[in-house]
Amino acid sequence: MKSESMSELWRFRELLYFLAWRDVKVRYKQASLGVAWAIIQPLFTMLIFTLFFGRLAGVPSDGIPYPLFSVCALVPWTYFAGTLSQAGNSLISNSNLITKVYFPRALLPAASALGGMPDFLVGTGLLVVMMFYYRVRPGWQVLLAPLFVLGMMVLVFGMSMLLAAMNVRYRDVKYAIPFLIQIWLFVTPIIYPTTFLPKRFQKILALNPMAGLIEGFRACLFPNHHLDWTLIGTSAAVTLVVLVVGALYFRKTERTFADII
Amino acid sequence: MRNAINVEQLSKKFELGALSQDTMLRERLVKFFQGPFKKRVDENQIIWALKDVSFRIDEREVVGIIGRNGAGKSTLLKVLSKITYPTSGRVSVRGRVASLLEVGTGFHEELTGRENIYLNGSILGMKKKEVDAKMDAILEFAGVERFVETPIKRYSSGMRLRLGFAVAAHLDPDILIIDEVLAVGDAGFQKKCLNAMEDLRSGGRTVLFVSHNMAAVENLCTRAIWIDDGRLREDGPVQRVIESYMATFASSQQATTDLTQVESRRGSGEIRYTGFEFLSRDGQPLSVTRSGDATTWRFHYHAKEAIRYPFFGLRLFTEMGTLITETGTWHHGIAIPEIPPGEGHVDLEIDSLNLMPARYLLTIGISGEGFHVYDNLDHCARLDIEDANIYSSGRSLNTYYGIVFFPQRWRLTGIPSITHQG
Repeated sequence: MKSESMSELWRFRELLYFLAWRDVKVRYKQASLGVAWAIIQPLFTMLIFTLFFGRLAGVPSDGIPYPLFSVCALVPWTYFAGTLSQAGNSLISNSNLITKVYFPRALLPAASALGGMPDFLVGTGLLVVMMFYYRVRPGWQVLLAPLFVLGMMVLVFGMSMLLAAMNVRYRDVKYAIPFLIQIWLFVTPIIYPTTFLPKRFQKILALNPMAGLIEGFRACLFPNHHLDWTLIGTSAAVTLVVLVVGALYFRKTERTFADII
Repeated sequence: MRNAINVEQLSKKFELGALSQDTMLRERLVKFFQGPFKKRVDENQIIWALKDVSFRIDEREVVGIIGRNGAGKSTLLKVLSKITYPTSGRVSVRGRVASLLEVGTGFHEELTGRENIYLNGSILGMKKKEVDAKMDAILEFAGVERFVETPIKRYSSGMRLRLGFAVAAHLDPDILIIDEVLAVGDAGFQKKCLNAMEDLRSGGRTVLFVSHNMAAVENLCTRAIWIDDGRLREDGPVQRVIESYMATFASSQQATTDLTQVESRRGSGEIRYTGFEFLSRDGQPLSVTRSGDATTWRFHYHAKEAIRYPFFGLRLFTEMGTLITETGTWHHGIAIPEIPPGEGHVDLEIDSLNLMPARYLLTIGISGEGFHVYDNLDHCARLDIEDANIYSSGRSLNTYYGIVFFPQRWRLTGIPSITHQG
């Protein structure tokens, strides 16, 4: 059963590509600044965070200049937050497709998770420029960075299967998603390093899968930072749990989507 | 021959309550605290859109699905297309399926014609390579070559429709499921679509076709399945099924038709038609109507309450379901400020009924402001037009010569050798 649905997803891979491609195209066509938004968002958030948290509040940053410290987390976070809110609404915003044609419904949240990638890559450009500016030369660990990005995609996919499927039945979810993302930002080590928290809170923080993914992504950009494998391992495990729970809930409810959407 | 489609005892249930109220989390929570273990299913809220439907369709068969609005035809197509799932029963479909429940599914306003062809094609199950290969043919079929790079938000609705159908016509499925896509578009394009469907048929595909246009069904299909109130009413050769389907609409023409007992009507019912009369212009009942007759059609109604600004109207169809004309007080710009409660009637005076001898069907309705429907009766009366000597030639005319005729004369004074004729 499981393998049947996997092979079906594979058969529809071109549609996955076209749905993601549509999201990207439409996003750039409608915005007059187009692709610049992928830079503007993390850039300005970084400036504000640096001013308020770095300068005024004096939040430590693991020995990295605060602007660089925060932007390393903000670029992947912007991807995560943007795609999660889009993917969480992906079913209800494509209700015309769901009621008129058959395809594996999971393609819709998956396409949103994928469609955020071009923006992320453009945002990475900002990151590279900042690294040059602060003369940081990454070590071999930087090769691990794509793994953390992959982890975030899996997390977005798992979360959004859950949220999007609930959204079909309970439209409240639509309003809960921005709120959820806002809270999530503060419980993720973006503004502060994990070490800023007392030891016992660090353990709880690890249950937030974004904690390990963001810390891991940041750590592998700097050669003398060690990767906290306990934190990363916990986050990876939670990510997989989210994926499985999301997929199960999605499978259980997807047969009724066309009837109630 | 193998079965392309096999449907066994298919049923599909809709729970109306579950669709509307439970969709807010709050209500769900409130109900949970009121009694967490109560299972609430109100029997009145259950609708069986399909009930125990079974049939098999062989490969290469072209089958029409007919029935009234709301009979369950669309639900059947959706189940066969895997869009929605059966409540019970089994459905197996063998081969690559393309279902066209709508033309241009997934079109995006901001994307160009070319981009939308890729998107729509891929949604309908085409591979990118296939679209690449067929791009020119699709554009030519749609006749939008000049606007390939224009966003479709600048397209007219006709262009959009043509583009959508052009993609669909270039699909290459084993089984094609089509819902009423021919109902729109101008005559020239409709012909193109019918030709494309002919090609699909001769290409050896299995086709399922839902339509209200009996002429199209009869023309394209060899077999018809009649769905009535969620059940399979009749399944057999297309002509036979269409005949028995049409026979249910109205018995032969009567001068007076009582409409009070008609159950298959839609509308909120504050005002309803109670009867209908074919009259001569001096008010005598007509049991025979002939081509070219002057006639008055009288519609009796009963209003339960005062009705403000209602519109009375009718649509006239051929027996095959083609709309000939629609007319009503709205079309004439007649405003009726208020109808008092009680009985009354409105008359439609026709100076010359320019229809060829045949059988016609009438759909009548009363609507209100904002398209509100008070009462609507589909095909509730039958009009049999008898032959009349309309051209004073003694020649018998029939639908072989068309559906309508115009009051007319031929003049031959322009032919030099003939002098002073007519």
